[in-house]
Amino acid sequence: MFYREAGQFKTSYATDQQIFPIRQDRIAMAVLLAVAFVAVPLAASPYWLTAILIPFLTFSLAAIGLNILTGYAGQLSLGSAAFMAVGAVAAYNFEARVPGMPLLGSFVLGGLTAAGVGVLFGLPSLRIKGFYLAVATLAAQFFIPWLLVKVSWFSNDSTSGAISTQPLEIAGWLADTPTEKYLLVLTIVAVMALVAKNLIRSATGRAWMAVRDMDVAAEVIGIRIVRTKLTAFAVSSFYCGVAGALYAFANLGSVQPEDFNLDLSFRILFMIIVGGVGSMAGSFLGAAFITLLPIALDLLLTDGAAAIGLALPPGVASMAQLVVFGALIIFFLIVEPHGLARLWQIGKEKARLWPFPY
Amino acid sequence: MSFFLEVLIGGLLAGVMYSLVALGFVLIYKASGVFNFAQGAMVFFAALTFTGLQEAWQLPLWLAFVLTLGVMVGVGIATERVVLRPLVNQPQITLFMATIGLAFFIEGVAQLVWGTNIRRLDLGLQDEPIEAVMERFNLLVSKFDLVAALVAGALVTVLAVFFNKTRIGRALRAVADDHQAALAVGIPLKQIWAIVWSVAGFVALVAGLLWGARNGVQFALTFVALKALPVLILGGFESILGAIVGGLIIGAAEKLAEVYLGQYVGGGIEGWFAYALALLFLLIRPEGLFGERHIDRV
Repeated sequence: MFYREAGQFKTSYATDQQIFPIRQDRIAMAVLLAVAFVAVPLAASPYWLTAILIPFLTFSLAAIGLNILTGYAGQLSLGSAAFMAVGAVAAYNFEARVPGMPLLGSFVLGGLTAAGVGVLFGLPSLRIKGFYLAVATLAAQFFIPWLLVKVSWFSNDSTSGAISTQPLEIAGWLADTPTEKYLLVLTIVAVMALVAKNLIRSATGRAWMAVRDMDVAAEVIGIRIVRTKLTAFAVSSFYCGVAGALYAFANLGSVQPEDFNLDLSFRILFMIIVGGVGSMAGSFLGAAFITLLPIALDLLLTDGAAAIGLALPPGVASMAQLVVFGALIIFFLIVEPHGLARLWQIGKEKARLWPFPY
Repeated sequence: MSFFLEVLIGGLLAGVMYSLVALGFVLIYKASGVFNFAQGAMVFFAALTFTGLQEAWQLPLWLAFVLTLGVMVGVGIATERVVLRPLVNQPQITLFMATIGLAFFIEGVAQLVWGTNIRRLDLGLQDEPIEAVMERFNLLVSKFDLVAALVAGALVTVLAVFFNKTRIGRALRAVADDHQAALAVGIPLKQIWAIVWSVAGFVALVAGLLWGARNGVQFALTFVALKALPVLILGGFESILGAIVGGLIIGAAEKLAEVYLGQYVGGGIEGWFAYALALLFLLIRPEGLFGERHIDRV
């Protein structure tokens, strides 16, 4: 009824190639962005901003990064947190050591450093694939944080290993309240998501997908495997690197390589599984789901226990979280291997017909 | 020189412990093509259940072992039922991610049921040097490590016989070769998978007991699985022999590197050295020492 594309004709190549070819989608996107940029900063409490929205946006960016590598280029990686760590530490060092370095400049350079490291650890992908590659990326996950802790130059010779990040200052504008931090993160994520979406729609993205679907066949039709795989690693690590920098600068306020552990890598992997492997919307949906789930579960368990007059022993909530996480992953893989993004799509198709059955 | 030998022997014996865990991976991969990330969680769960049962009812060792084995078989069968059966014919990567979920699930359940305390596991074996060897060769070789190595050796022999000489073993190899062809000649795929997962549960129990007795039964046991992964890469995913040889190489190289290289870079390289070694190795032989070579056809 409301979601019909009837009467919307494509009369030029430009309209045919839009990201959102349907007018209702464009309107919905504009409304979403308006809500995110205007309504949320006005309405949300600082708790919501710092505990939920900023982490959600940061993880979305990391999930986009992993989705590019795993979902679009088909290279399974268990080392995303390591590339985030590289981005965070590099951004910190550029900011600290280069005088007059603009903040966004160090974020970009941090991302580029992560991209370089990503290409390095992506090199084995030229020889190996599947599980062997997944295990190879684990090497990055164990080696990089160790290196970052061991070499004190990276942490500016700080004795505790924990270093506070510089204030978020862009051209005299200091983002120190939760609202300002949120806007900064939101802007970066929105811009980078747009770039990623367009990259995926380009020849590069099509090459990634061809390699994902069958690399031998892709090679036969003239796609250069080496370049395709390595650009996937580079772009993915760039996104993870910037996400890591945002995580350190806007969420934690400190850079600690220990924060970027295997658990975080798995969390990001879960985000794209739950959200939808090979889907931009899925990266956001999955990040929202995985960020909200522990909070919701925590509330549910403690409040539920309090309601029936039970005090939960400490640790039970976090254990229950593990169980629910694991069960959900299996559930999603069995019931909906394409994740929340696919449910969203089904919902849209239903909405086209509503209120008629067909 | 004797110090070098001591480190080498210590490393080899530690490598046997890695092999024990790697063996569980290989078994499941061989028979069902599933890379079971939950093997570490199963090791942890088995050790925790064993000590939990023992403490709760003061059971003798053998009874606790039998009961835990029963639980592990139950876990294996349930996994086949709930996780694997609905995912038949899915890509291997999907199955792998499902086992990551399974790992989280098992870890959570294990700690919900048995608590998060570190437990001691006493098998009546002392982790002390063998005196005879010390007198004759002036080498420190732990009694415990030696027993662990013997157990691993026995386990491998039994498994090798099981795989090569029995009816079920033949069926297992047929399934590993080609699911559809195996089904076509009348091999019950579901039963075979349940058996494999149960055997993997048994291997996990043995590994859990030895690792638990050595380091205490605690959450860190799940990381043992991460140590077993480079072993698998080195040895090849499909080979039982590879798991053993890979374990020995990784164990020895890791200890030697820690002792001789560690001092130059500040120590703590045990965490990733095995991975670096395996990675270098992959560049030369992508399918591991004893793995099967894959040929891709369009």
